[in-house]
Amino acid sequence: MTREKESLMAKKKFRVRVLLKQGVLDVQGKAIETSLPELGISTISGVRVGKVIEFDLDTSSNAENGAAGSEQSEATLLKKVCEELFSNPVIESYEVEEVR
Amino acid sequence: MKTAVVSFPGTNCDHDVSVLVKHLSGKDPQKVWAADRTLPEDTDILFIPGGFSYGDYLRCGAMAKVSSIAPAILEYAAKGGTIIGICNGFQILCELGLLPGVLLPNRSTKFLSRLVSIRVESQNSVVTSKLERGEIFHVPVAHFEGNYFATQDALKELEDNDQVVFRYCSPDGALDEVSPEWNPNGSCHSIAGVRSPAGNIVGYMPHPERTFEPEIDPNRTGAAVRLFEGLFQ
Repeated sequence: MTREKESLMAKKKFRVRVLLKQGVLDVQGKAIETSLPELGISTISGVRVGKVIEFDLDTSSNAENGAAGSEQSEATLLKKVCEELFSNPVIESYEVEEVR
Repeated sequence: MKTAVVSFPGTNCDHDVSVLVKHLSGKDPQKVWAADRTLPEDTDILFIPGGFSYGDYLRCGAMAKVSSIAPAILEYAAKGGTIIGICNGFQILCELGLLPGVLLPNRSTKFLSRLVSIRVESQNSVVTSKLERGEIFHVPVAHFEGNYFATQDALKELEDNDQVVFRYCSPDGALDEVSPEWNPNGSCHSIAGVRSPAGNIVGYMPHPERTFEPEIDPNRTGAAVRLFEGLFQ
């Protein structure tokens, strides 16, 4: 793709935060918590570790996901990618935010 | 009997499974690759072996779930095809939604590579139909994410429907869910393997296929053969 074309492409940037649901054991969070006393910190608890996934979405009318520009199709696409790939709804919750 | 073994980038137990399948069925399994779109025609048993598919990126099995071969696996499962998922294969079956639950990181936060004892809990599966309930096997495990988790409702359904195929136990078969020794990864209800409601899909964490070589099992009568031969009878 030429630089010119790329700059013409309508894009939105999104950030998805994935976190283990409450009640699901977070071994990384636990391990980090047990290291805090090494820093002399005893006032931090409830450490939870998640993932942040950022991506660009092509929103130009010829974009492959079809019917771009329609907010509904964008929401459907975001839901699909978050629930079918970025997170596993059995154990994780997610939040999507548009980065401006 | 026609068998097939699916490999993804990072699968590393496909050869072990293939050698054992050949020994028991007399024929090499067909090889299926992640980028394929179909399974060999008339596949009787499909194996999803262990390893680290796609480097375990994102979550174990998450990328395999959206690979090119995944729709064909789902279609085969919907037709009642037999699927055995071992270790990463079990994780993939859970991600595909063919088995309930998820494999979380081990409670110990450590990679677990050792022998464990497992107990046969149900005969209602393609793997265990010829075994006795309560029979104990000593088998290797090697995983970081083997801590079986399912919601309370899903666990109740599994127990009520006799879908737990194997549980971790002490060498003499005692269960102790809170013992890091006898439930080494911290799995809910000490679950080491489960089956689909119809029993045609089975997933488990241990690697019986790794005990097959004559240096380990000279008579070839041990866990590897016992846990696979039922499939071919």
